[in-house]
Order: sequence, then C-alpha cells, then structure tokens
Amino acid sequence: MNAAAIRAQGLGKRYGTTWALRDCVLDIPAGSVTALVGPNGAGKTTLLKLAVGLTRPSAGSIEVLGSSPRDDERALMHRIGFVAQDHPLHLRFAVDEMLALGRHLNPTWNDELARERLARLRIPLDRKVGKLSGGQQAQVALTLALGKQPELLLLDEPVASLDPLARREFLNTVMEAVSESAVTVVLSSHIVADLERVCDHLVILSESRPLLVGSIDDVVASHRLLTGPCTDSPGVARVHDVIRASHTKRQTTLLVRANGHVYDAKWQVHEVDLEEIVLAYLGYGVDVHEREAVAS
Amino acid sequence: MIQFHLERNGVPTYLQLVQQVQQAVRLGVLKPGDQLPTVKEVVGMLTINPNTVLRAYRQLDLEGMIEGRRGVGTFVAGGVAPVPPDDDRKALRGALERWLKAARAAGLEDDAIATLFADTLRPPALSRVA
Repeated sequence: MNAAAIRAQGLGKRYGTTWALRDCVLDIPAGSVTALVGPNGAGKTTLLKLAVGLTRPSAGSIEVLGSSPRDDERALMHRIGFVAQDHPLHLRFAVDEMLALGRHLNPTWNDELARERLARLRIPLDRKVGKLSGGQQAQVALTLALGKQPELLLLDEPVASLDPLARREFLNTVMEAVSESAVTVVLSSHIVADLERVCDHLVILSESRPLLVGSIDDVVASHRLLTGPCTDSPGVARVHDVIRASHTKRQTTLLVRANGHVYDAKWQVHEVDLEEIVLAYLGYGVDVHEREAVAS
Repeated sequence: MIQFHLERNGVPTYLQLVQQVQQAVRLGVLKPGDQLPTVKEVVGMLTINPNTVLRAYRQLDLEGMIEGRRGVGTFVAGGVAPVPPDDDRKALRGALERWLKAARAAGLEDDAIATLFADTLRPPALSRVA
C-alpha cells in the first residue's frame, strides 16, 4: 500500500465566500478502505466531488489514480465507481434496464458479475427500481458502480438512509468486492458504528478541514483515555495532545493523542475504541464516569 | 469449520480472529489438517475488511499454527495439539472451579471476578500504565 489512490495538496473549494473545504492535505493509500467521517457540512461530499471531477478546486490540487480528474476526465471516469448520496437511480427503469445502461456506458463493464451479485441478493431484474426497498436500491446503485470493475470506489453517505440490517448487507457487498478485486474504497459517513470493522484508514473532517488522517490501527494505538487528579492536566498537555478534557470535582478525564508512552503513576490509562476517538475529535463528550457506572 | 464471532470489547478485530483460532486449537475444537474458512467467507460472515482477515491469518501462519496451501486453502498446521493435554486441562479446570466457588463464597460477583482475573493475568509492567 505505498501508492496513493488519492492525493490532495493544499486542496480547497470555495462556494462564493464560503470555504466548503480548505487546507486539505492527505494521501489515501491504494488498496485501502478509508472512512471519511465528519458532521453534515464538514466537506465530505465536496472532497468526493473534487475526486471525481464533478467540481474544480479553488485552491491546491487533487490527484486521483495518478492523474488530475479535470484533465483526464473520460479516461479516469471508467476507472472510478461513484455512488452519490441517496444513490440516485432512474426509478422508472427496471433493474435490467439499469444494467443495460451500465453496459452501454462502460467499456470495462462485467455483466456476468453484476447479474450474479443481484441474484445473490435476490433482487428481481424485471422489477422497476422505484418499487424496490431502500436497501435494494442502494444495492442496485452499488452493483452499477462495481459492474464497471473500478479501481477506486467512492461512496457518499451510502448507508445513512438504511436500516441496520440493510446497512450491514450493503457493507457486506462492498467488503466482498474488496476481497475479490483489491479495489480502493472511500466511503463517507456521519455514522461511526460499523466503520471500525470495515475500514482500515480514517479521515476526520470538521469545519471544512481534515483534523486527523491515518491508518485506524495507528489512530487507535496512539490515543488513550486518562483519568486522574484534577490538578495534573497541564502536565499531560505539555507532552501529549489533549483532544478532549472533562472534569468533575475530584477527577479529570482526558482523551489524548499520546506522543510516546504514557508513564505516570498518577494517571489511569484506558484504551479507547475508534468511535470514542472520532466523537472526541468532533467535540462530543462521551462521559467516562457514566460508562463506568453502567459497567459496574 | 470454525465459526468466528466479534465482540465489542476493545480488542482489535484481527486479534479476536487470532485468539479464536488459538483457543479452538487449544481446546481441541480445531485439529491439525482442519480447513479454515477462506478470506472471502470470513468477510461474508462478519462484514469486515479482508485485510483484517489476511492479517490474522498471516500472524497465525508466522506462529506456525496454520499453513496456507496455494490454490487449496488454509489449514491447521500438523503437530499443533491442544495445550495443555486433556488430563492437565481437566485438573486445571477443577482447580479453577474450586477457586471460583471460594470467590463467590467471599461475596464476589462475576464482574469483580473477571476484573480480578484480568488484572492478575496481565504482565506486572502493564498492570498500572501502558
């Protein structure tokens, strides 16, 4: 995983006077499954649109699969699968008409693969898309994107509107595609649950800027939750990056990005899972005292 | 064939897979020559990243616990045996059951017992601060 599937350097996009994305520097490694996480309006869709060339940067540059999306649009489009938010489809088309469209538009289309996938999901080919459930529509949109056998699959909030079962089934199809073809996947989401099991890289976007970019293993390994005496947090902040602090009368809880090991007998060190780390970056408090009260 | 499952317990996913294979071998549930599910099957079973499965299998391979046969599949390596042997395991289990009885008699609840056990099991250097 050394080549970057997407490389942004000083990338920015401005609409009027508002920056939808700015100061964006990141590498998304080829072969990775990357979660693009952040609240609504953080710039996730803008970044994906820049990657597929649907919009042009106002600042900096973006390189996708080694070329610039605007210069090389046609050639690049065949190599990228993109499922936009709410997976727009022609609702009056039958499923097999959508497949015919995919076959017609994409020289690398694999019809057999697409049909096999839909058969496995028991989605009837003669059904009008508008008559399918939300989960099935999402699967059809995904099948169309995968049918062109892309090197890069971009999914914008693919599971936001789905119920938990449909969400799991959708991600299952994505993961099976990854195991078959080593496609690079970037999926944006404001739902953090499930991402830890399917993604290996993470980009946290907030207020139009990337806050954290890295492999999930590194991210989880470098963050710790510390609980200790109130008096001591300035000492910790000198050595480690404090992402979130909460205080009670007797105790302080810090979520830190640790620079090296945390050696200090005064602090209890806990591991934190990805969801807690992401929420801390996005500024939501997950109160450790409540958690412990529930656990005991 | 082994049926993997995942728990939300803070243990990384790949390590949960590694531990489940190790445990199945130790308990004799998996025996030398038994086949493990393919990466794609595990992915389909658990909806996880295939790289995670590959990583778990790589580690088990390095430990000599499993071996990949090209084009055939992944198998439990020859020569791995339940550790400890059945008789010892029975004796140890008996001792543990007696200890558990004593702990419960002393008023410990299951959570407290699990905490005490985990804390004792952890290497001394890690028990305080990572």
